[in-house]
Amino acid sequence: MSKSYFDETHCAIGHPKSTFMQWMLTIDHKRIGLMYAAVMFTFFFVAVATAFLMRLELFAPGQQFIDGDTFNQAFTLHGVIMIFLFIVPGIPAVFGNIVMPLMIGAKDVSFPRLNWFTFWLYVLGSIIALTSLWGDNGFADTGWTFYAPYSLTTSTTVLPVLIAAFILGMASILTGLNFLVTIHRLRAPGMTFFKMPLFVWGIYATAWIQLLATPVVGITLVLAIMEKYFGIGIFDPAKGGDPVLFEHLFWIYSHPAVYLMILPAFGVMSEIIPTFSRKEIFGYRTIALSSASIAGIGYLVWGHHLYTSGMADLAKTVFSFLTFFVAIPTGIKFYDWIATMYGGKIVLSTPMLWALGTIITFAIGGLTGVTIAMIGVDIHLQDTYYTIAHFHYAMLGGVVFLLFAGMHYWFPLVTGKMYNEKHAKIAFALNFIGFNMLWFPMFIAGYKGMPRRYFDYLPEFQIYHQVSFFGAVVFISGLIFMFYVLYRGWKYGEPSGPNPWNATTLEWHMPSSPPPLENHSKVPYVDFEPYEYKHGQPVVKFDYATMKRID
Amino acid sequence: MAHEYIPEIAIDSKGNEHKVQGWQDDFYGGKLGFWLFMFTEVMMFGAMFLALTYYKTLHPDDFLLASSHLNRLLGGTNTVILLVSALTMGLGLLKMRAGDVKGAKLMIYATMILALMFLAIKGVEWREEYEHGIFLNHGKLLPESDFPFGEKIFYGLYFTMTGLHGFHIIIGIGLMLWLLKRINAQKVTPEHHILHWNIALYWDIVHLIWVFVFPYFYMIGAGDVIGGAHHG
Repeated sequence: MSKSYFDETHCAIGHPKSTFMQWMLTIDHKRIGLMYAAVMFTFFFVAVATAFLMRLELFAPGQQFIDGDTFNQAFTLHGVIMIFLFIVPGIPAVFGNIVMPLMIGAKDVSFPRLNWFTFWLYVLGSIIALTSLWGDNGFADTGWTFYAPYSLTTSTTVLPVLIAAFILGMASILTGLNFLVTIHRLRAPGMTFFKMPLFVWGIYATAWIQLLATPVVGITLVLAIMEKYFGIGIFDPAKGGDPVLFEHLFWIYSHPAVYLMILPAFGVMSEIIPTFSRKEIFGYRTIALSSASIAGIGYLVWGHHLYTSGMADLAKTVFSFLTFFVAIPTGIKFYDWIATMYGGKIVLSTPMLWALGTIITFAIGGLTGVTIAMIGVDIHLQDTYYTIAHFHYAMLGGVVFLLFAGMHYWFPLVTGKMYNEKHAKIAFALNFIGFNMLWFPMFIAGYKGMPRRYFDYLPEFQIYHQVSFFGAVVFISGLIFMFYVLYRGWKYGEPSGPNPWNATTLEWHMPSSPPPLENHSKVPYVDFEPYEYKHGQPVVKFDYATMKRID
Repeated sequence: MAHEYIPEIAIDSKGNEHKVQGWQDDFYGGKLGFWLFMFTEVMMFGAMFLALTYYKTLHPDDFLLASSHLNRLLGGTNTVILLVSALTMGLGLLKMRAGDVKGAKLMIYATMILALMFLAIKGVEWREEYEHGIFLNHGKLLPESDFPFGEKIFYGLYFTMTGLHGFHIIIGIGLMLWLLKRINAQKVTPEHHILHWNIALYWDIVHLIWVFVFPYFYMIGAGDVIGGAHHG
């Protein structure tokens, strides 16, 4: 039995004997990715529980379980965790770390020690954010956007959350930097940019956003801290400042940030679709370049968050146009995926089911986004449940669904075991039904005028909230069942072998399963396309001991 | 387990050999990484310059008036000191690359002394302003004072940006101390000087930021544009 990365590791400092310390100090990209996943999903369930608490409160009009102030803190906690602790590190931190170096034939990322440091920076930031819960006046109640001037005047504990968001931003920057250098420097010989798997393209485009957009929000939060504790007067109108400037600076990061979340997810989709269609991907270059252009255009659309905040009509029109424009490369990707499936031998395994489900949910999320890119429509729907439903369809139904798709896809790679496919499919069905039941009614409620962030509502909205509640119950059961199935798979599953899905990219050509410490036995020479299938079978075959082609 | 780099060769279908780049000893990777990090500094200060420019369009007269009260003699001296320190830093790197480790260390010491002088002068300047009642959460910058909005914002950003810049100087001094330690331990040598290279790059961005901070804060009010305010 050959040793896997679970048995041995490199450490940042020294050579500790204990297994625990080896995990704490590991610089192996696969272990770091797994640790990110463990921390992220722990927080994910905290945020899910908070959301469920809000749904419970909203089951009937009036006050049930929590008062208005607690409700404000609940949605802030939910937003801060989901955005800064879960979805921003998200797919890059987990699969970018575990899979990306394998896909390009590297032994590790370019700066493994920095990667280790970044992980602990992320943990530190998370802890600081949560210390706010025990602050004198309780957790921040500003919403995750910290809009001035309210965030400057509220008596709740905002400071730790601002500092934490800054530190988590640093972690995000360093991850992006590490991946950019890795992709530029450590690709296997012969692998040009247009021979990289599309997931690597997604990570590459994301890394640029992490690098160039995150500093802006970082400094904005520093300015907010300076304002709140040193009175520099930059965002507070009472001191001559302009709160709309805060919104601009905040969204200069936070809108590109949604592309930072979705681009690696699209990358996961671009891996799963050709693998389970047993067919070369349609329009490889258009998918790769659309990732790059989404990252570029995505920079210039932030103003659509500010249609009602006071902005020149010309600026609104330009931002509206650019927002429509950014939907085009996304549309190109969708057509490419569907064209890939056309005429393919589609295998409906669990990862493919998640990917197909996402095509539906993200299409809804994306197209409703286009409707509120229109200035007139947005003024009607701004800050309503319609917007909430839109971004949950895009973020949860897009990013997180594809994160789950990736979890099922790369599960045998990471653990060397296979989960029970039948149970995993049931979990998918529960999630998919629960998800739509939970969020679709919100489109209607929002269209009819249900505002977001209210803990009370008029009786006419009750039916929508109640359907949502039952959807939430189904959805959360699905989530728990899914993680249970994966847990059972890891513990008791059958060994999967190195390439259970008949996939073509390099991460499936490991000498042993799970992969050994330094990945491929030898670095291969890449003179093939990432998704070469012929008659439903992979074209390129390797001798895993020497990594020479034997086809 | 140790992680020494074992050079590896990949062989293509025609039997040609291709060198594989490992993450160890990747000089260009190290440089690229640090250049990328410098981009983040530019974006960070860029956002603050954006805010500064925006408020200048809102309160042009206040900005010029406030700027005319800054001490251009001390600010100018500091600019010269920082530019000279960038020179010494660069010379140090050249000496290191030429194999003159002792000369390189001398230049790093010179850079550190210049950096400390910069901080000392900055301290004198801030103190002077404090005594005129201009400091964060103090005197004229308090919310209840009737100092004009524009001047409050100007000084608020002045202290924030020069403070953040000074923080970068302090970090730089720390990095240079670390660099000296690594040189003494022979971890940084003429053959393996990526750390020296990157710290020199860092110092360049620190002085480059100042090259923009200085005119924007000190020089915009230097002329007699608003009826001859002669201070400093």
